[in-house]
Amino acid sequence: MFELIGIPPQALFGQLLLGLINGSFYAVLSLGLAVIFGLLNIINFTHGAQYMLGAFVAWMLLNYLGIGYWWALLLAPLTVGLLGVVMERLFIRRLYHLDHLYGLLLTFGLALIITGIFKQQFGVSGLPYSAPALLSGGYNLGFMYLPVSRAWVILASAIVCFGTWFVIEKTRLGAYLRAATENPTLVGAFGINVPLLITATYGFGVALAAFAGVLAAPIYSVNPIMGENLIIVVFAVVVIGGMGSILGSIITGFGLGLVEGLTRVFYPEGSAVVVFVIMAIVLLVKPAGLFGREI
Amino acid sequence: MAGNSDVVAAPVPNLREPIGIPRHHIVLFSLLLAGLVVAPFVLYPVFLMKVLCFALFAAAFNLLLGYGGLLSFGHAAYFGMASYVSAHAAKIWGLTPELAILSGTLVAAVLGLVFGALAIRRQGIYFAMVTLAFAQMVYFFSLQAPFTGGEDGIQAVPRGHLFGLFDLSRPEPLYFFVLAIFFAGILLIYRIIHSPFGQVLKAIRQNEARAVSLGYHVNRYKLTVFVLSAALSGLAGATKAIVFQLASLTDVYWAMSGEVVLMTLLGGMGTVFGPLVGAAVIVTMQNYLASFGDWVTIIQGAIFVIAVLLFREGIVGVIAKWTKKPL
Repeated sequence: MFELIGIPPQALFGQLLLGLINGSFYAVLSLGLAVIFGLLNIINFTHGAQYMLGAFVAWMLLNYLGIGYWWALLLAPLTVGLLGVVMERLFIRRLYHLDHLYGLLLTFGLALIITGIFKQQFGVSGLPYSAPALLSGGYNLGFMYLPVSRAWVILASAIVCFGTWFVIEKTRLGAYLRAATENPTLVGAFGINVPLLITATYGFGVALAAFAGVLAAPIYSVNPIMGENLIIVVFAVVVIGGMGSILGSIITGFGLGLVEGLTRVFYPEGSAVVVFVIMAIVLLVKPAGLFGREI
Repeated sequence: MAGNSDVVAAPVPNLREPIGIPRHHIVLFSLLLAGLVVAPFVLYPVFLMKVLCFALFAAAFNLLLGYGGLLSFGHAAYFGMASYVSAHAAKIWGLTPELAILSGTLVAAVLGLVFGALAIRRQGIYFAMVTLAFAQMVYFFSLQAPFTGGEDGIQAVPRGHLFGLFDLSRPEPLYFFVLAIFFAGILLIYRIIHSPFGQVLKAIRQNEARAVSLGYHVNRYKLTVFVLSAALSGLAGATKAIVFQLASLTDVYWAMSGEVVLMTLLGGMGTVFGPLVGAAVIVTMQNYLASFGDWVTIIQGAIFVIAVLLFREGIVGVIAKWTKKPL
């Protein structure tokens, strides 16, 4: 086989695959943040905790009720999304008339509470979650070995991302949503229940985070701080992408995952910070982000 | 912070404020100093020094948030990096404590200049996210760089002799050294707030577009206050490293950035004395609840939620409202 600048192709493609998987998580999470930000104008700092909740609900379903991965993919986002709806009704709703920064602080406080409770209950060491039988094995592609479980993560997040994009950009519901972000009063005057739309949107964004959590459960170990560091990288992804467009957050998410994977091949020490370095460069050149509108 | 955080100036437009120092501020500062001079004879000095370091950190942060209207979510970067630098300077380079602290402060200021120049290109929540991301960059750097000692941090930092004269390994000289740094820092912040520069900052916070139309170079003001805040946070972090003889990852981790926001919010943003009260409350709480483990995080989160929902003026802000005096 050929060699690429001294790097064996197995290692290169292996890291690219890992990068693509990380990118899938970045994409789904930043998409969730973008959906929530679009209508609520709130940076959902609880997003990392809600991602963690998704993984934990999947783990609990399996260990307490014997409900497996495939049902968890549906049930966990539903449960956590409903929890999000309750949060929005109880707390976040009261802040819309205030400066956006209070929303950030409130969701940060909620994240501390949720993470703290799970640390108290489960400690910080990880709990194993076994992948279902259907996802074992893999394909030999000639230049690399592709495990089914990894391929599934990439496929599932791509489908969810495309589905969300399709609903928001191409359907009537999406049109209401986009209109409500522009002018909620006017949309309300047309007889559309804007507060309900807002609550549902928050629930959906939270469900996206939980879905990512379920996808992550068999790959990484399930633990209370799994969302803590991930969410900050996702914030950087959001700044780079620009939050303005749904498509932007998807492309930036997958792209930055790949860039991270490449960095891990050529300069391993830099892989943890490469996203932040790119963010600094983007801020210098294009402060509104790659796909963002100037505000 | 649009309008509503400015509870202090709202009731009575205080036209005399820029000209002279209000008399009750002089009284309060004197009482504070007198109390802190007596305190180590009543309370545990190490605990008091911890409160002083965090109070200075919170006051420095409040300079940026309460007066500049800029919510940085990454102030741990300046606090923590300065503590690493001063610990390294004291231990490896063998610098005297005052020079070690100075070098830590300087590095924090430079870091603040670089990050601030980039971050002020975005506003509001974007600004908060950018500062947070930069701080995380500093965290990963601290985790990997050879001089920070990774997970162990820099331990057994020598306290040394102040100006080669006073032995800081004894508790009394150390306490009064920390008190001097704290008080000088607070007075400097007070001076900045009540200078023409501080007035322009308030104007920018209340209505940026109007400040621009009046011909102020808004970004220059924002950057200046960012650097000042970073440097003073660095001063607090560097002092803490010398006092506790330790610089560790806790000080650069983003939970620390959250903690300083909480102290400021709880005490009262945009008030002079609020961050000091907030820091005292939080540090006391952490000290007494330390044995409850993760409950501390849960309680801190609950305080965040309550403060944001019901208590946005903070403790000192509420008192200021009652007494109708800016505090």
